[in-house]
Amino acid sequence: MAKVNYFLTEEQQMIVDLAHQIAVEKIIPVRARLDEIEEFPWDIMKDLAQADLFGLYIPEEYGGLGGGCFENCLAVEQLAYGCIAVTTTFAASALGAYPIVLFGNEEQKERYLSDIASGRRLAAFGLTEAGAGSDAAGIKTTAVEDGDYWVLNGTKQWITNGGEAEVYTIIALTDKNKGARGASAFIVEKGDEGFSFGKKEKKMGLRASATRELIFSDCRIPKDRLLGRRGAGFIIAMKTLDLARPGIGAIAVGLSQAALDESVNYARQRVQFGQPIISFQAIQHMLADMATQIEASRALVYAIARTIDAGEKDISKLSAMAKLFPTDVAMKVTTDAVQILGGYGYMKEYPVEKMMRDAKILQIYEGTNQIQRNVIGQALNKEYARR
Amino acid sequence: MPEDKVMNIVVCIKQVPDAESVKWDHKTGTLIRDGVKSVINPFDYHAIEAALTLKDELGAKVTAVTMGPPQAEEAIREAMSMGVDEGVVVSDRAFAGSDTLATTYTLSRAIKRLGDVHAVFCGKQAIDGDTAQVGPGLAVRLGIPCVTYVSEMEVINGGKGLRLKRLKEDGFDMVEVDFPVLVTTLSTLNTPRVPSLKAKMKAKRAKIPVWTAGDIGADKKRIGLNGSPTKVHSTYIPKFEAKREFLEGSPEEQVDALIKRLKEAGVI
Amino acid sequence: MLRIDIEKCIGCGECEEVCSFGAITIVDDKARVDEESCTLCGTCVDTCPEGALSIEKEGAEELDLSSWKGVWVVSEIKNGLFSPVTFELLGKARELADARNVPLTAILMGYGLRDKADELISRGADRVIVVDSKRLSDFIDDAYARVLAHLAKKEMPEIIIAGATATGRAFIPQVATILETGLTADCTGLEIDKESGQLLQTRPAFGGNLMATIICDTRRPQMATVRPHVLKALEPDTSRKGEIVDFEPPSELLDSRIKVVESVTEEQKGPGLTETEIVVTAGRGLEKKENLKLVEELARCLDGAVGATRAITDAGWISHSHQVGQTGVTVSPRLYVACGVSGAIQHLVGMQGSEIIVAINKDKDAPIFDIATYGIVGDVKEILPILSKKICKERGLD
Ligand SMILES: Cc1cc2nc3c(=O)[nH]c(=O)nc-3n(C[C@H](O)[C@H](O)[C@H](O)COP(=O)(O)OP(=O)(O)OC[C@H]3O[C@@H](n4cnc5c(N)ncnc54)[C@H](O)[C@@H]3O)c2cc1C
Ligand SMILES: Cc1cc2nc3c(=O)[nH]c(=O)nc-3n(C[C@H](O)[C@H](O)[C@H](O)COP(=O)(O)OP(=O)(O)OC[C@H]3O[C@@H](n4cnc5c(N)ncnc54)[C@H](O)[C@@H]3O)c2cc1C
Ligand SMILES: Cc1cc2nc3c(=O)[nH]c(=O)nc-3n(C[C@H](O)[C@H](O)[C@H](O)COP(=O)(O)OP(=O)(O)OC[C@H]3O[C@@H](n4cnc5c(N)ncnc54)[C@H](O)[C@@H]3O)c2cc1C
Ligand code: SF4
Ligand code: SF4
Repeated sequence: MAKVNYFLTEEQQMIVDLAHQIAVEKIIPVRARLDEIEEFPWDIMKDLAQADLFGLYIPEEYGGLGGGCFENCLAVEQLAYGCIAVTTTFAASALGAYPIVLFGNEEQKERYLSDIASGRRLAAFGLTEAGAGSDAAGIKTTAVEDGDYWVLNGTKQWITNGGEAEVYTIIALTDKNKGARGASAFIVEKGDEGFSFGKKEKKMGLRASATRELIFSDCRIPKDRLLGRRGAGFIIAMKTLDLARPGIGAIAVGLSQAALDESVNYARQRVQFGQPIISFQAIQHMLADMATQIEASRALVYAIARTIDAGEKDISKLSAMAKLFPTDVAMKVTTDAVQILGGYGYMKEYPVEKMMRDAKILQIYEGTNQIQRNVIGQALNKEYARR
Repeated sequence: MPEDKVMNIVVCIKQVPDAESVKWDHKTGTLIRDGVKSVINPFDYHAIEAALTLKDELGAKVTAVTMGPPQAEEAIREAMSMGVDEGVVVSDRAFAGSDTLATTYTLSRAIKRLGDVHAVFCGKQAIDGDTAQVGPGLAVRLGIPCVTYVSEMEVINGGKGLRLKRLKEDGFDMVEVDFPVLVTTLSTLNTPRVPSLKAKMKAKRAKIPVWTAGDIGADKKRIGLNGSPTKVHSTYIPKFEAKREFLEGSPEEQVDALIKRLKEAGVI
Repeated sequence: MLRIDIEKCIGCGECEEVCSFGAITIVDDKARVDEESCTLCGTCVDTCPEGALSIEKEGAEELDLSSWKGVWVVSEIKNGLFSPVTFELLGKARELADARNVPLTAILMGYGLRDKADELISRGADRVIVVDSKRLSDFIDDAYARVLAHLAKKEMPEIIIAGATATGRAFIPQVATILETGLTADCTGLEIDKESGQLLQTRPAFGGNLMATIICDTRRPQMATVRPHVLKALEPDTSRKGEIVDFEPPSELLDSRIKVVESVTEEQKGPGLTETEIVVTAGRGLEKKENLKLVEELARCLDGAVGATRAITDAGWISHSHQVGQTGVTVSPRLYVACGVSGAIQHLVGMQGSEIIVAINKDKDAPIFDIATYGIVGDVKEILPILSKKICKERGLD
């Protein structure tokens, strides 16, 4: 039966095929074990590096492939078909690298990007703090100039890849009184003086990914680690997240697709009342809704990612939509998948209970879905005011 | 062995029908062909990985060679997407009907055309022909030693040779051999790497040479059907009862009835 | 090239059906071959009821084969004992030699083995050629191959058979290549064709779905490796007489660049679940852990592996690595024997690809019978010991 034609180029199709191959051959066989023992997926990171996927979004002059938001979405969608904890590890590295790609000076790019592209170093992005989640402006971490150095103090919370990554983009206050212009972005390296990590968090889902505190106590870093202008910290964070959010939408699409595949296959095989349960219309309707919502999500993510790659500047609203809808769909679809598998779905021996546990994070991180709605709402208000 | 030149490694790969897509209709005893895909023989991925491991360690040029129909170039492209540098399809109508004797002759002619080789890797066996004869036979043709069923490999003598673990039914041998050597690989030897995007793109664009019998200077009497002393005399489909049958009688009688049927089916 | 005699062809389509490569189609009631897809495997030729198909060889060399005489068996020693396959080969080779009215020679290569030659005679050999050299104490593929090929060129036997074992399959192909002759791999049957005197060598193809009989009528010797456990050994007869000949190989044949630095014998663990052709699976119907040995014994007699349902892996009777099914391994052996297994869907998905499924269960309505080829309604505790005993006897094991 016909599939939607998204008119992928030959290269884009290659990305899809390769990422799918890795999901099937390398991720799916180990995902349940990684989840169970909460192990960081280093082996798979090596496979992704070997596959050149870490270079996907890095410009060619630094050893990358120069792909855009869309290429990244295609890759993470397929990886997420295997496991979103593994995919989040990959995507969080992109989140840490984007600020350098977008705002780094030549030396900084030279110094970090080729290592990130080759997978030799993993990156991470640190904004959230205990008192500053949705309200990022509430951060308390400070960076103070001291001769040729910046000195950082404070604690970042729930940072994906914390402790595992080598390169961290950190948002810290440089001028407390300047409000939105009071923060700056810095590159901090694992091993920098005064930089340490909290314990690994125990999580409901996403258990193979590492989430830790980043602790800065008189952490001294050379002056040239300032990323972009002083005072541009929040702008950098906003732009980075705007570029990354469609990727979260794509992860949601991949996860939902996996849950649908499990559901249909199971429903065709499970017999009750003398017939496969897929012959019950109640089940068919659930599956039909799942499939339709997934395709709508995919179409939305692809269209918005392509719009971003076409050079559109004011993308906050679109990027929020590309995260909001697919992640809500993923939560619903994975919950329905468990329902369709019944008691089996609730058991760890089948993959859908993990999918449901994992799905929840998609509605929370990189801005909760309430915040995405705020962004979209405010943008609508602005748009219509201008008319 | 040529000292100063780059190391030359050859991997022999065979395109086979994908075991997962091949289904048999037991009632008629025929292959259900719909949707049968061609894939690289599973053991050959381990041969490719072994060659690439050596390349990573010692620096080398790795060339994949396959004898088969022109479509076998897909197998070469796939090998290249894993990091194999070059590939050749050895293809000619005159090769059709080759048994292993003709196959090893043909492959050896192609490999000789590539120049001096330091190492040749083959899979343990191909899942269709299933003879495991090509590796050892090819080694004879190339005049180099052969180590079969290898499950561990280590570079020794400062990059001049290999230490290999060769499995046998009741244990294993550790053997040492200097290059050049031919190795047949088991799946426990390594984990094949995933393709890389850059190599995949390069492979997609690469022009894969096709060598004919003439190109490799093959003797017409030694290739294809002419060069193949074995020939299929007849084939039959082993009897197979797809239908359930309850075996009746006393336990003794039930067991006897079962053994009789298993013998007919050729499983014992 | 495959030739179709259009006059003879009646368009019945038999050939189209049997061609595994999709090379034949029936067009306008006549068979047509696609030469690109045809592998000249020969299957269709025998199928055609009208004799309309033939495969032509042009330009193949014609050699004089008449001076090659005698049947050879290559023996194999493991840990100082003959592998069972050696005696199985001798049993069959005796028949072949008698059918051809030629002597049967056993080849014994290695070091310090001369006193073993008598045993080969007691198992059917007329003559034993002993190649005894310190330099053959380790198995070295190319040295063994050169020695055997040298002997064969000198003595010119018409048939050489060897075990399809790790060593046999390693060096016999080298011998065949040196001799430029055909070799059939992994045979399960050998016969002499009464009319032509050719050796008919039967081997499974396509995972046992097809049996192919192969001949080598243009070269000598005719060579085959034979799968262990399929042929029957003769009872030893120590009164048999035979000749023992020593052969000193030219030393350059023994030169090899391969050095065996260590040779390790490991305890036989039996074949792995997913590799083996036979799986015997235990379910909760065995009732208690001690009865598991009934299943292990049957697996041993069949040279197969032991599988298990989750019911018994959970109960800790056997490790999880034996579990077949949804959350265990998937197997598709030629023979699957389910003992006291109910046939839950989670179990079935892991084994329904098996070729022959035998179910033993005391409940005739157990779902396992729905997919079984052969069902035995009975108590596993009663059936299994009888089955093991009879199969062992059948296969000449103790
Ligand atoms: C596994 C995991 C990994 C993470 N990785 C990273 C990382 O790598 N880097 C990083 O910087 N951060 C990371 N975070 C932090 C994440 O981005 C925040 O958790 C998220 O932004 C929400 O903040 P919060 O948890 O403090 O929730 P809160 O902001 O306290 O929100 C609580 C609830 O209130 C709602 N809410 C808050 N404000 C409003 C409002 N104005 N209107 C309507 N509803 C509102 C929220 O939607 C939510 O439902 C991670 C978090 C987790 C759990
Ligand atoms: C059903 C059937 C039964 C057969 N029985 C016999 C037989 O008993 N004796 C006999 O001599 N021939 C036999 N043949 C022919 C044999 O399959 C072909 O000669 C084939 O080209 C090579 O043998 P194989 O598939 O067994 O390969 P194997 O020897 O099992 O392959 C081992 C390795 O050799 C390499 N290799 C094999 N073929 C190629 C290739 N074409 N190109 C590059 N590398 C390759 C690969 O690395 C492979 O992993 C049979 C064929 C069929 C279809
Ligand atoms: C999420 C999930 C995953 C699962 N995954 C697997 C899996 O991977 N593999 C698996 O095997 N199971 C799996 N199961 C378990 C599966 O549902 C069954 O419970 C299990 O296969 C039953 O094992 P059994 O046939 O040994 O036991 P039972 O179902 O208890 O059957 C025992 C059978 O033995 C017969 N019997 C009793 N005594 C005798 C006797 N003396 N002689 C002859 N017959 C006798 C009985 O008639 C009965 O049919 C899974 C279950 C779940 C919920
Ligand atoms: S089997 Fe023979 S008669 Fe029948 S279609 Fe084929 S060639 Fe013609
Ligand atoms: S020879 Fe074999 S491949 Fe060719 S047409 Fe006949 S059956 Fe098909």
